[in-house]
Amino acid sequence: MLSLLWLIPAIPFASALALAVLRFPRKVVAWIAVSSIAASSLISLLVTFSFLHAPPAGNAYTEVLWTWMSVGDFRPEIAFYLDPLSLIMVVVIAFVSFLIHLYSTEFMAGDDGYSRFFAYMNLFVASMLTLLLANNLLLLYLGWEGVGLCSYLLIGFWYRDPENGLAGRKAFIVTRVGDTAMLIGLFLLFYDLGTLNIQELMQRAPQHWHVGAGAAVAAGLLLLGGAVGKSAQLPLQTWLPDAMAGPTPVSALIHAATMVTAGVYLIARTHVLYSLAPPAQFAVAVVGAATLLIAGFSALTQWDLKRVLAYSTISQIGYMFLALGVGAWPAAIFHFMTHAFFKALLFLAAGVVIQALHEEHNIFRMGGLRKELPVAFWTFLIAGCSLAGLPLITAGAFSKDWIVWGAASAANGSMGFWIVALIGILLTSLYTFRMIFLVFFGEMHSEVTKKPGMAMLIPCIVLAFLSIVGGYVKTPFAHFLETALPWNAAAAGAVHISEIGSETVAGLVFLLGLVLAYVLFLRSRSYTASLTDNVAGAALHRFWFSDWGMDWLYDRLLVRPYAWVARIDKGDLIDGFYSGIAKLNVLAWRVLALTESGRLRWYAAGIAAGSIIYIAVVLFL
Amino acid sequence: MTMFLQSAFYVAAVIAIISTAMAITRTVAVHALLYLIVSLLAIGVVFYAMGAPLLAALEVIIYAGAIVVLFLFVVMMLNLGGEARQSERQWLSGKSWAGPIILSAILLAEVIYLIVRAQPAGGIGAMVGPREVGLALYGPYLIGVELASMLLLGAVVGASHLGRSAPGRTGAGT
Amino acid sequence: MTEIPLAYGLILGGILFALGLAGLLMRRNLLFILISIEIMLNGAGVAFVAAGSRWGQPDGQIMFLFILAAAAAEVSVGLALLLRFYRQHHTLDANRASEMRS
Repeated sequence: MLSLLWLIPAIPFASALALAVLRFPRKVVAWIAVSSIAASSLISLLVTFSFLHAPPAGNAYTEVLWTWMSVGDFRPEIAFYLDPLSLIMVVVIAFVSFLIHLYSTEFMAGDDGYSRFFAYMNLFVASMLTLLLANNLLLLYLGWEGVGLCSYLLIGFWYRDPENGLAGRKAFIVTRVGDTAMLIGLFLLFYDLGTLNIQELMQRAPQHWHVGAGAAVAAGLLLLGGAVGKSAQLPLQTWLPDAMAGPTPVSALIHAATMVTAGVYLIARTHVLYSLAPPAQFAVAVVGAATLLIAGFSALTQWDLKRVLAYSTISQIGYMFLALGVGAWPAAIFHFMTHAFFKALLFLAAGVVIQALHEEHNIFRMGGLRKELPVAFWTFLIAGCSLAGLPLITAGAFSKDWIVWGAASAANGSMGFWIVALIGILLTSLYTFRMIFLVFFGEMHSEVTKKPGMAMLIPCIVLAFLSIVGGYVKTPFAHFLETALPWNAAAAGAVHISEIGSETVAGLVFLLGLVLAYVLFLRSRSYTASLTDNVAGAALHRFWFSDWGMDWLYDRLLVRPYAWVARIDKGDLIDGFYSGIAKLNVLAWRVLALTESGRLRWYAAGIAAGSIIYIAVVLFL
Repeated sequence: MTMFLQSAFYVAAVIAIISTAMAITRTVAVHALLYLIVSLLAIGVVFYAMGAPLLAALEVIIYAGAIVVLFLFVVMMLNLGGEARQSERQWLSGKSWAGPIILSAILLAEVIYLIVRAQPAGGIGAMVGPREVGLALYGPYLIGVELASMLLLGAVVGASHLGRSAPGRTGAGT
Repeated sequence: MTEIPLAYGLILGGILFALGLAGLLMRRNLLFILISIEIMLNGAGVAFVAAGSRWGQPDGQIMFLFILAAAAAEVSVGLALLLRFYRQHHTLDANRASEMRS
């Protein structure tokens, strides 16, 4: 059963190819697309059963398909590696992708590019699964680039509006910066350790490098650069809010559940490297902590429903990075799993609301929808509580509290991280319930024009169910991951807090956020108005709204100088060479065109001159 | 070969050259044609001096007597008036003949050089009478005769079609 | 006195040909262009006859006969075309027939 592993990425890839090249009627397209992901999901479940029932040696299974290239000692293969970490991620992602594909068959039903959409989506899932199952960093990078490409294609899916193209371009370029850092990291790893096979790397690294070695820190930081780009963390997080220009299922799939967690996966996979490079690991934690705060504040001010969710995603992945940074590896993956469920659900429910209100994105123009869209309301509420961390009931609470406790008590944990994580919970609770109260409570500002159908509601209900029960598998989860991702036991210097104590504090903070949101947004809006009325408040609002000014900063610092240089360099030497060739051709054309005067005597003279020259040549040469 | 014939050759050659030069530089078409006729007659004498009496006759009969007459017919049909003479003079201005004369001169120089360098031996003057020409024409060159007749047929048909003044059709099918 | 050298006959033909070429290139009137073509054909014929006479064979003369036939055919068709041209453009200017310029 395990040998079916290669089918998991292969089937979506084949269906993507078929959808891209051939033409099918709409129903067939939907069937092909959804069933391919369903097949992947099913096979992943079969593989899981097989893995649990009869674990392979070393709790890891490698399936080699063929050797990609062979250059000297460098022999990367197309091979898939299955261990608990990749298994969990594959199962979650395949299943969530399946649900989102099902949802998209109705969401995108009125769109012209139906087939194109599903081709891109399938290609994306195939690339993501390749990334997860890759056994060497080169194949992982292939999947990495594949998801980046599909992200660009899907963000700019409605290409006729140039804004969407710009958003797609921004996403691609910003993540490219991260990808370049990652590539240099791969070069460094290969140069020092001689291989890109992940397992071999993890074995050789401790042998070659002592703890804190410069090369290890450099490689760790470079890989972090790549992860930061793909997962939209500081400082490369500017692309994700703009990526909401794409269709909502795209946001749900790519920018909530899957692609943005690729960075988390990368760091978790190469965790041995980070254990060898404490400064790099500390950097991971700092990045996570800073990001979760910044994004949390930004989410408080947004009026576009999807942008709130985008900043929320950035913030939650910050939590995952924080967990990775302090050494609480399983907690990060657990949070990834629960986050995939509730964030995808949030986006899908938001899509229901947006389509129902005929493309209205502004939450201040929504309101009172809980009677009109009951399913959307309840699922959104469940997902929102999961996101904010309603204790004991929701999955999100389990995973987030685990991280919060780990921020204090894991190997690199500290009080500062714990407090930051708690502030994050407050912010999360605040902006989540702001969203919920503004959209579903109060008086209606927009009419409901379209009610959702079954294809859109069933995935929401399923995900809502998972958002509740997903947390209860925490203990077996940790055991399962033990072989792949051990929890770094608390070392000296960490804060000793009991888990229950931390969870209690977290729960209280959540309640505080809920109450604040109620007062500020449901009771009366006058408090918020007075907060933003004075100059300082308005400035702060604007600052947080524009993502702490980072877009502006990057524009001034990087974009404009580059554009300026490009503009100046437009007519340089090399360019002149090529345009010179073109000009030469035009000149030759003009000259030759003169000989075609259409005049008889001119042609006769040409014949005479030609014969003269010819005879002369024969005579004298 | 007698002295008479030799001198006839040289004289006729000179006349031919001069009259040809005159023919191409006249402004009035009829004048040019008249000079052409003189040139062709002189060439006929040249042919006789070269021992080709049949061709001498044919040159006069066909070339000067039919082809040039055809030209004359067309000139008379066109009936170009005084303004044609004006434009001719205009067209035959100074700079229009510098280039052609240079080109022709160079070509002529090359040809003469070729001929002189080859130093062909032998002289012209052997009489080849009509009898031999006739025997050769209807012997080995019979097919050429047939082809020439077909060519002339084609020319007749083409000329009659093209020269027809089509009523109501202006310039169609040019 | 010896015979006339072959070279003189050929040179005569060359001179006539060159004169015809000069006339072709010089004149703008289509009629004169046709006349110049006839001159050129005649000059080529002189060369042929001279060569045939040198070898004492009738082939040169026969060649000239064929040239004569071709010239006749060409003149008739050419003059018919000239008439057509004149009817269309009301002038015999060769430069007017330049619709095939690029």
